Parts: sequence; structure tokens; C-alpha cells
Amino acid sequence: MLSIKNLHAVVEGKEILKGINLEIKPGEIHAIMGPNGSGKSTLANVLAGHEKYEVTEGEITFMGENLLDQAAEDRARNGLFLSFQYPIEIPGVSMVNFLKTAVNEHRKHKGLDPLTASQFLKLMEEKKKVVEISSQLTNRSVNEGFSGGEKKRNEIFQMAMLEPRLSILDETDSGLDIDALRVVANGVNALKRDDNATIVVTHYQRLLDYIIPDHVHVMYNGKIVKSAGKELAYELEEKGYDWIKKELGE
Amino acid sequence: MTEQDKLLEQVTNEDYKFGFVTDIETDIIDIGLNEDVVRLISLKKEEPEWMLDFRLKAYRKWLEMKAPDWAYLKVPPIDYQSISYYAAPKQKKKLNSLDEVDQELLDTFNKLGIPLEEQKHLAGVAVDAVMDSVSVKTTFKEVLAEKGIIFCSFSEAVREFPDLVKKYLGNAVPYADNYFAALNSAVFSDGSFCYIPKGVRCPMELSTYFRINAANTGQFERTLIVADDDSYVSYLEGCTAPMRDENQLHAAVVEIIAMERAEVKYSTVQNWYPGDKNGKGGIYNFVTKRGICRGDYSKISWTQVETGSAITWKYPSCVLMGDHSKGEFYSVALTNHHQQADTGTKMIHIGKNTKSLIVSKGISAGVSNNSYRGLVKVSKRADNARNFSQCDSLLMGSKCGAHTFPYIECANKSAILEHEATTSKISEDQIFYCNQRGIDTEDAVAMIVNGYAKEVLNKLPMEFAVEAQKLLALSLEGSVG
Ligand SMILES: Nc1ncnc2c1ncn2[C@@H]1O[C@H](COP(=O)(O)OP(=O)(O)OP(=O)(O)O)[C@@H](O)[C@H]1O
Ligand SMILES: [Mg+2]
Repeated sequence: MLSIKNLHAVVEGKEILKGINLEIKPGEIHAIMGPNGSGKSTLANVLAGHEKYEVTEGEITFMGENLLDQAAEDRARNGLFLSFQYPIEIPGVSMVNFLKTAVNEHRKHKGLDPLTASQFLKLMEEKKKVVEISSQLTNRSVNEGFSGGEKKRNEIFQMAMLEPRLSILDETDSGLDIDALRVVANGVNALKRDDNATIVVTHYQRLLDYIIPDHVHVMYNGKIVKSAGKELAYELEEKGYDWIKKELGE
Repeated sequence: MTEQDKLLEQVTNEDYKFGFVTDIETDIIDIGLNEDVVRLISLKKEEPEWMLDFRLKAYRKWLEMKAPDWAYLKVPPIDYQSISYYAAPKQKKKLNSLDEVDQELLDTFNKLGIPLEEQKHLAGVAVDAVMDSVSVKTTFKEVLAEKGIIFCSFSEAVREFPDLVKKYLGNAVPYADNYFAALNSAVFSDGSFCYIPKGVRCPMELSTYFRINAANTGQFERTLIVADDDSYVSYLEGCTAPMRDENQLHAAVVEIIAMERAEVKYSTVQNWYPGDKNGKGGIYNFVTKRGICRGDYSKISWTQVETGSAITWKYPSCVLMGDHSKGEFYSVALTNHHQQADTGTKMIHIGKNTKSLIVSKGISAGVSNNSYRGLVKVSKRADNARNFSQCDSLLMGSKCGAHTFPYIECANKSAILEHEATTSKISEDQIFYCNQRGIDTEDAVAMIVNGYAKEVLNKLPMEFAVEAQKLLALSLEGSVG
């Protein structure tokens, strides 16, 4: 589904990604862990097509097509979803209007007719239940004045609405209280299918108790330096990153 | 919401959509301005002596006046002698029904989507379509007449209701008020007149569409709205102009009088041709709009969405004479490319316990300049006056300008005046967030801008709000990325 080969990326003249290789198949869940500043969000942004990040080397294919050729909105319409580490506020734009536009853009891309207002509202009610998000939030402007945890929950709600092929959850667990963590994780699991995949970026093993990864990768200084099964997450939780740095001879 | 989505989808790379020229024989007089021209206009319109006197006094005053130069505008010199001051679609005889109206003219109206048809009756809109200065057709006059409401062209009002016109003409905007008002008073071609009798609530939105058609004709509309005691009316004005290279001058006057407990809502969507991307052509729009809250507890509310014109000079104002009277001004002014706008309001508090509210939303893109200029004036005897002003600017790109000029003159210590101002930009991250959800940049900008302007757009009657959203989106095409 997603294939990243020797990816190098630069932001503001500084190389942040220094040769990433990653293969993701349908149905898989991959966790990416790693110290602060190692480049996890940068990878997520590069995949999503943020223009600030310049790819200087390497290839990415997504659903059999060259991802790097596509504008950010086309990547999204092709099924790539990013749950932002820091979701953006858009004052004055209602959640309903925002999501309806987004959903119908996705539908148009698939050659489907736009949803009518009532169909859309029905879909929204259905998906609201999946992530237990209240109407008080969905009736407001996009992320405006949302608490940190509410913003994260809102990201998963949008994911539920858009039904992506590949979801990248960038620290969706940070800022969530215990109950919210469970709700969000259950939401992710409920949306899990054989033909979609998830990348979970996290610092904590805790989330991985709920969302069980097939693979765990450690990112360090712009590279994936270690990949293993879910047991790697426990090891990191216990020992931190120093032993990996040592292994690398640093 | 549904509507907005539809509209956003319609945002394509069209140029000015209303830029077509109707090919109708026009009765047009030679260019130039002198006393004889003023007399000729009056003669062509078969006006009474008092009307001609008003025009001549205004003309003589205008000769002594100078064009204002205090606005934040670069106005190229205007040669008033190169303009024709009267153009009327040629008509052989007076019209009784729509069938008799020139087909080309009807086609034009249809292209504009002007609702002259029966369906609009159901939608509750009466339209007085003014094209190049002469009212072609007024609909639903009969329905309104049952309630005693007068809604007709200005010329007709001068003929049919001379006493009313004489009584109120120039009350809010005297002919000597300013350079452009004086010019208008001398040569005004036509416009609308509206009178709501005591105790009557106008059952429909009154709507007028103005449109400049003939090349090189200045457009000098004059509107007078009088709301008698305890009456209510909501009045809509919309404008479009065909695309031409020469700049065309538009100097309109709108006067509103609200008597005891009367309420007038006046809404405009102004979409005159703004000129091309390089600043060639476009309308010069110098408008004087003023309302007088004459009676106690009266209220006048201006709502404007300004997306057009090369130059806009416009300050819809309220004179709050009656005690407890209230003035409101809601404005969205958008400038793109080389457009310049200097717009705002004046709230003059004279009566006691008067209130005013100002909500101004400026949007600047391209290399345009957008200024808010507002005056809140509290006179000595205006005890307990209150004003709240909110002036926001939204900038797109770094080559445009947004300026705020709030003036306060307060002669009464009991006044409470508040002013808030913000300047914001649409951030790259907001656009990216929308992109990441599958919304392209142009739609994202339209959505964010409409969200920003929502507080004002919500004040417009439904169908106008839809048109306004569409215009904002269309006007910003190509301004990002
Ligand atoms: N727009 C930017 N401008 C300058 N530097 C940037 C920018 N974005 C990222 N960086 C730098 O790139 C490096 C990697 O940042 P990134 O956000 O990808 O880290 P991360 O692994 O997600 O960290 P965290 O765990 O704290 O979220 C950091 O040193 C950061 O300062
Ligand atoms: Mg990060």
C-alpha cells in the first residue's frame, strides 16, 4: 500500500529525514516511536504533502501511484489521512460545513454524487457514536477553542467520516485522559479493516495496549534505526532510547 | 450550508462573469456638462419646475466645490466633460406588461438572474429593475399598493407623489453635502422611491437591481426611502456592470428617513466591474448613503458586501436624532488585484440613549488597498450614547494593504464607546489542514473567508447571503498559490 524508499527531506535548508525506508501492507498497523525531534512528524507531513517540506531524494508510492507527484488534496482524496499532532483552528468555519465539503470532495473523486444535507447529517450521527464525540463540539467552528484532548478526539472523528486507506496518527494519544484514550483507541480499532492500514506515532506503550501493532519502528535522527514486533515497544518503555543510541555506537 | 457547498463548487477560473454588453438602441445625450445639459435631463424626464430648481441649485453649488482628497485612494483625474449624463433604453411607448419589453433587455436580466418572473412573487421579492437610468418594469406594485406602500422609480415618484418627494428629498443628504452628492443632485437619472405608511410592515423584501450598460455613461442613481411611524421595511440593492475598458463613474445618493419607532434594513451587494488583473478599467464608485433616525426608538441598519469597483468611496451613515434610536453598520469589503476601497460609516449621536453598532470586515488580496474609515460622534446633549465598533482586517499575501482610520468626537461624558480591531492572515497551516481533508486551496480560501465574514453575511436576507458568498469566492480567484 505504501512504499518509502531512501526518503530524504529538507525543511528550511536543514535535512531532517535522512534516508527512510518503510513498507506497509493493507491490514497492517505500524507504530513509529523515537525521541523528540527525531523526525516523526516531519515524515507524517511529507507523506501528507506539506509544501514546507522539500523532498530531495527517494521515492514514495501509495496505492501503486507516485505519491510525490500529487497535491496534498489529491493524496487525501486517494485515501491518505493525517491526524495532526497539533490540529489547526479555523475560526468561523463550522465543523459541519468543513466536513461536508471534505466528504463530498472525497465522493466526487470516487465518482459518487454528493451527499444531501440529511444523508450527511445521518452519517455524522453514526460516526459521532464511534468516537463518542458530543454535538457541542461538532456544532462549533473547526477546532476553535477545543481543549487539547477534544482536538485529538475530533481528528479521529474526521478519520471516521472520511474512511481513509492509510491513517497516520501523529501522537493522537498525547493530551488524552485515560477514558478518552480508550475511546479513541476503540474508534481506531472499530474502523480497522483488511484493506486499510494505520501508522501510529507515539511515545507511549500505553496506547499500543489498545491498538496492537504488527510492527514497531524506532526513528532516530531522521532514520528508522530499528524495527521489530510489538515487544520492542515494551523494551523501549522499560529502557528508554539510550541502549539504541549505544547500539548505533553513539 | 447546502448552498455554500454548491457555490464553492462553482468556483472556477472564470473572469468577471457579468461582463457582457447588451446591444439595445440607447437614447444617449452628447458628452459634457453645463446648465443646458441639466435642463435637458429635466426636460427629457418631463419634470416639474421645483425639480429643475433643485438640480440647478445643486449644479451651481457643484461648480464651486472640489473633489475630496482625504480618502486613502489614488483617484486619477476625472474629466467630467467627457461623460454623457443621460442614457435611456429607447422606448417607443410606455410599457404595460413584460411582453412589451425588449427581448434583449429581458435576456440581459435573465443572464443576471434578475427575478422579474412570477416565481419571485412566491419568493416574496418585488423587483424594480433599473437599467441605464430608466425603470423598465416594476413588479408587484399592486400587491404593495394594497398596503399603501409606494415602491416605484424616482421619476415616477416625482410625477405621481410630488408632495412626498418634495418633503423628504435632500433631508438626509442635502445637495450641498459633498462634491459627489452635489453632482448627483444636479444630474441624477433615476432610481427608486419607497414610502411605507404609518403602522405598515412591508410584507416582502423590496429589491432593486442597478446595472450600468451604455459605454461612457456616468450612472447617477438616487434612492429615497421613507418609513413612517411604526413601519418596517427591508430593502435590497444589488449591482453588476458589464466589462469595459474605460472607467465609468458612479455617484449615487441614497437617503433614508425613519420616523417614530420605524425600522429600515438596507442591504447591498455591490459587484461593479473591478477592472482587470492589471488595473485597467473598472467602475469608480463614489456613493453618499445616509439615514436619519428622526423618530424616537427608530432604527436604521446598513449591511453591505462590497466586492466590485476599481475605486470605492462610500460611508453609509446614521444620524441618530430621535431618543433611543439605533444605527447599525455591517460591512464586508473585499479588494483584490488593483482595487482600492475607502469605506466605513459615520454614527452621529444626537438624541438621548442612542446606540450604534459597527461591524466591519475588510479582506485585502493582490496589490489592493482596503481602508476602514469610521466616525463616531456624540453631541453634547446625547446622554448615555453607546457605540461598539469591531473592525477586522484579513490579509492575503504580503503586497496588499489594510488600514483603519477610526475617528471619535465625543462631547458628552456619559457616552460609552468601545473599539476593537484585529488583523489576521490566512495561515499556510490552515490551508494545509483543509488540503489534508481533500479540500483544494481555492475552496479552502473561500470557506475561510466566508467564515470570517459570517457575522455580516448572516445579516443579509437568505438569497442575498448566498449571492454574496459566491461573489466573495469569485472575487478571490487566483489570489492564492
Ligand atoms: N518547519 C520547521 N522549521 C524548522 N525546523 C523544523 C520544522 N519542522 C521540523 N523542524 C525540525 O525538525 C526536527 C524534527 O522535528 P519533528 O517535528 O519531525 O520531530 P518529532 O519526531 O515529531 O518530535 P516530537 O516527538 O517532539 O513530536 C526538529 O529538530 C525540528 O525542530
Ligand atoms: Mg512530532
